[in-house]
Amino acid sequence: MSRPPGRKQENYKISRELFVLTYGALVAQLCKDYEKDEDVNTCLDRMGYGIGIRLIDDFLAHSAVKKCRSYSETADMIAQVAFKMYLGVTPSVSCSSAAGNEFSLILDKNPLVDFVEELPAERASLCYCNLLCGVIRGALEMVHLAAEVTFLQDRLKGDAVTEIGITFLRKAEDRKHKRN
Amino acid sequence: MADEALFLLLHNEMVAGLYRAAEQGEGENGRCTTKLESMGFRVGQGLIERFTKDTARFKDELDIMKFICKDFWTTVFKKQIDNLRTNHQGIYVLQDNKFRLLTQMSAGKQYLEHAPKYLAFTCGLIRGGLSNLGIKSIVTAEVSSMPACKYFSTYSIT
Repeated sequence: MSRPPGRKQENYKISRELFVLTYGALVAQLCKDYEKDEDVNTCLDRMGYGIGIRLIDDFLAHSAVKKCRSYSETADMIAQVAFKMYLGVTPSVSCSSAAGNEFSLILDKNPLVDFVEELPAERASLCYCNLLCGVIRGALEMVHLAAEVTFLQDRLKGDAVTEIGITFLRKAEDRKHKRN
Repeated sequence: MADEALFLLLHNEMVAGLYRAAEQGEGENGRCTTKLESMGFRVGQGLIERFTKDTARFKDELDIMKFICKDFWTTVFKKQIDNLRTNHQGIYVLQDNKFRLLTQMSAGKQYLEHAPKYLAFTCGLIRGGLSNLGIKSIVTAEVSSMPACKYFSTYSIT
């Protein structure tokens, strides 16, 4: 049986679909276990944190990037290298504060919600992709950057795009002192 | 490929999270395995649909099992099943000598008592895949020495 030429591409897509489907099954199970949306969101965030603290090792091993010298470089790295490597999408980065420590990643296409049409009516405040927030937070913590990561906009809730906000919690001046 | 790490880590977190919740709640261990297995079932159903979109129709049960052992296992776990045995009366044994989800845990007998937790999802995955290919089955797993494990698939003749 000869293989069609796009087989490797398909296998790669199936691997990604495995992750997306598993994530969907996980959220569905959590919704059955917990009644309140906040509990599900917290649980997803905690799981994401556990994944992030380990994923950073895999990321650094595979990407061999140099040390980031500023918060905006870090945010760019997350968007252009990490997201591309793991989810195959490249969100756009924008800095949303004068102090230079608040960034937002805007995702046009979110692979995690490929198979989700809409949130059920009784789960209106569920952050379906809250795992991503935990992952980013955990990964940043392991490189000694404390940050708060939340969803600012969510397409599943009716907004135009999906936007993740990253707020680095230490001032830029402190970082410079640490390096000296 | 970078994707492997994501699924592995997600799977480990799922198992840890479910068992942690069970400890704080009723403390019923059996339910966690059922939950994991049913999650795997749903994922297996969806995955096999997308996977077999363009493949030819399967001739018989054995053909389906061979597909699961070769193509399906390779796509999901990046390797084939090492050994497939059957008694030609509905029982198939799939043996994987280096199961991807267990390689990071230990190589031998250490943590053996924790291994079944990490096999439940895959049991569901196989059962879901078979179910959408038209075969009702019961899938169980057994581990005697990590990271090798065996999956027993029993077909119900209906």
